[in-house]
Amino acid sequence: MLSNSVIQLVAFFLIVAVVSVPLGLYMARVFSNERTFLDRVLSPIERLIYRICGINPAVEMGWAGYAVSMLAFSLISMIFLYALQRLQYYLPLNPNGLAGVPPGLAFNTAASFTTNTNWQAYSGEQTLSYLTQMVGLTSHNFLSAAAGMAMAAAVIRGFARRSAKTIGNFWVDLTRATLWVLIPISSIFALFLVWQGVPDNFSPYVNATTLEGATQTIAEGPVASQEIIKELGTNGGGFMNANSAHPYENPTPLTNLIEMLAIFSIGAGLTHTFGKMVGDRRQGWALFAVMSILFLGGAATAIWAEQHGNPQFSAIGIDQHASAAQSGGNMEGKEVRFGIVESAMFATVTTDASCGAVNSMHDSFTPLGGLVPMVNMQLGEVIFGGVGSGLYGIIVMAVLAVFIAGLMVGRTPEYLGKKIEAREMKLAMLYVLIFPAVILIPTALATVLPAGLSGISNPGPHGFSQILYAYTQAGANNGSAFGGINANVPFYNVSIAIVMLLGRFMMAIPALAIAGSVAAKKSTAASAGTFPTDGIPFVFLLIGVIVIVGALTFFCAVALGPIVEQLLMMSGKLF
Amino acid sequence: MRNFITALVATALLSVLTGIVYPLAVWGIAQTIFPSQAGGSLVVAGNKVVGSSLIGQKFSSPRYFQSRPSAAGDKGYDAANSSGSNLGPTNKRLIDAVKARLKNFVESNPGTNARQVPVDLVTASGSGLDPEISPAAAGLQVARVAHARGISEDQVRQLIAENTRPRSAGIFGEPGVNVLLLNLALDRGAGSHGGTTPGT
Repeated sequence: MLSNSVIQLVAFFLIVAVVSVPLGLYMARVFSNERTFLDRVLSPIERLIYRICGINPAVEMGWAGYAVSMLAFSLISMIFLYALQRLQYYLPLNPNGLAGVPPGLAFNTAASFTTNTNWQAYSGEQTLSYLTQMVGLTSHNFLSAAAGMAMAAAVIRGFARRSAKTIGNFWVDLTRATLWVLIPISSIFALFLVWQGVPDNFSPYVNATTLEGATQTIAEGPVASQEIIKELGTNGGGFMNANSAHPYENPTPLTNLIEMLAIFSIGAGLTHTFGKMVGDRRQGWALFAVMSILFLGGAATAIWAEQHGNPQFSAIGIDQHASAAQSGGNMEGKEVRFGIVESAMFATVTTDASCGAVNSMHDSFTPLGGLVPMVNMQLGEVIFGGVGSGLYGIIVMAVLAVFIAGLMVGRTPEYLGKKIEAREMKLAMLYVLIFPAVILIPTALATVLPAGLSGISNPGPHGFSQILYAYTQAGANNGSAFGGINANVPFYNVSIAIVMLLGRFMMAIPALAIAGSVAAKKSTAASAGTFPTDGIPFVFLLIGVIVIVGALTFFCAVALGPIVEQLLMMSGKLF
Repeated sequence: MRNFITALVATALLSVLTGIVYPLAVWGIAQTIFPSQAGGSLVVAGNKVVGSSLIGQKFSSPRYFQSRPSAAGDKGYDAANSSGSNLGPTNKRLIDAVKARLKNFVESNPGTNARQVPVDLVTASGSGLDPEISPAAAGLQVARVAHARGISEDQVRQLIAENTRPRSAGIFGEPGVNVLLLNLALDRGAGSHGGTTPGT
């Protein structure tokens, strides 16, 4: 069975690598306003949008103007989603008569979808009308993803341009990302999902009479159109409560493959967009290599841990050995069609990218298997990452890496010909420090406040892991969960919403500021003393920086949760 | 201020495009070219909807193959309330539940012992609606079902083979036996083909 797990992992990775190149080069054309094969259809729609909105696409913005537009858009769309949820009872397309969403939960969900986190404090089929699912959630899946891609394009321009005052027009980037990238890909693959069995209808829930005569009410809805953008936009908020573990969201191993591919494709593609736009494709490949190595390491660890299974199960005699007739391993919270390998891979993919869709319940993973998704997020969501945010995240880490390399040899560090000076380093450090602050401080608070402790569903160190995971995913804008935690209470709804907002915008603004700062600089020619950022030494330096920064920040916290639980599990301790 | 007006109009316009035009277009095409799947892959037997081939249901009679344990809803297999157990690996409640299921299975399947029981048969699935069990889990129930129905084990094995989905492209995922379709095929009489009838 080892060989099959290796084949599945390698096959998936190769597909990602092959898809990322043309997609990345295409996105470079989209964000550089170059001709593409879709212009005939889309350009008229684009011009119409600009005319109605009063946007002059020729006028570019400085970093601050770009950031203000992005914030204004996020605020307005968040208010819109909040209002829609509160009012859904009075609006059409609510065949199951679901009531308005309570304020705390509506605020949490609005913040969650605006920040591209898509944490599920709500239970889709029990809480949200078809109208809210479509006009609220599906549209936010597109728009928060497009906003992330826009910011990545702006940060890339900062490094690509010389002595420039502007880094692009937010409204143009937002519109083009939506029209040229997200809608066409989603339309095609939504139909692929339907073909494989994902429903797309507006029927009321079906009442079936089971073979044994019981009544089974089956939730329905326009699932497929939302499902694909949930992955492609690294959103992750499920139509159904069980998310991509639900057979209606993810019915076959093929849909699982397509969903994992959709999660990674834009993040992986953007590395090539970056290489193309800065005029040196090798720079993009270097970032791609860093992400790939970290992904493969995480996936292999998670597969191994889950296949190894739960020693308590073996102790009572259950067969956990993989064979041709069963996957074996820790199957609690996993689906038969995915088995161990596709479940552990999906968990790694969804947390490397800040997607947060789940096809298995991370809360029931072995401690080590659950540590992998947690660490992936704690490394800053830069392993392909959220669409857009992953790329600008790893660029900030690259700035940090060349700074450290510069310190070692005593030269002013440079990245892509731009001198990295005090201002850029201050902003990069701000970016690096905000992240653990917004995660660890609320985690500590929740572990001492009764309101926080009351949400825990699993006793022992696993309970601490649940809280740590909840705030880690919020700060990282991921959206996956150790789902047993009872987070639909005012304390968690509000605190997690605030952490999501801080984790998105307090990190996006320093990244845009770095872009504005380096855009204004001249480009210095590479000399013999310049540390090349397109070679193997840089790849490993950057991996080292990402891992060390993450480990230094979060090691103590994960030691109290998953690590101690793993040791106790192996010694046979139960709680 | 100008930014906010632009934001307001852009939000409205892009929400209509991505939240109404796009999903309705996908819905229209899906209903036209894949009506059965788009409708939820419902299974109709005797003019009644008996379930969906993608959604598992609970079986307790010895004449039927059992599905996996389910944590969806209070009684399990609530298809409007999908959920896993979310019990952690060191939670005593998880281990106790698994022990109880194991004991129950061994008692209701004379001649089996605990070491043969595959893990998927005693653990709750992620969705609580897993429509499948592993081929090992199906194989272990053959004797009981054949005995209860008074048919030969070979006939039962034949039906399992007809309702087993292999790995995709021979590589991805794991094989699984669709429990509802298998049980339906048993009801229709051993040997007949257990096909699905497209629903609405």
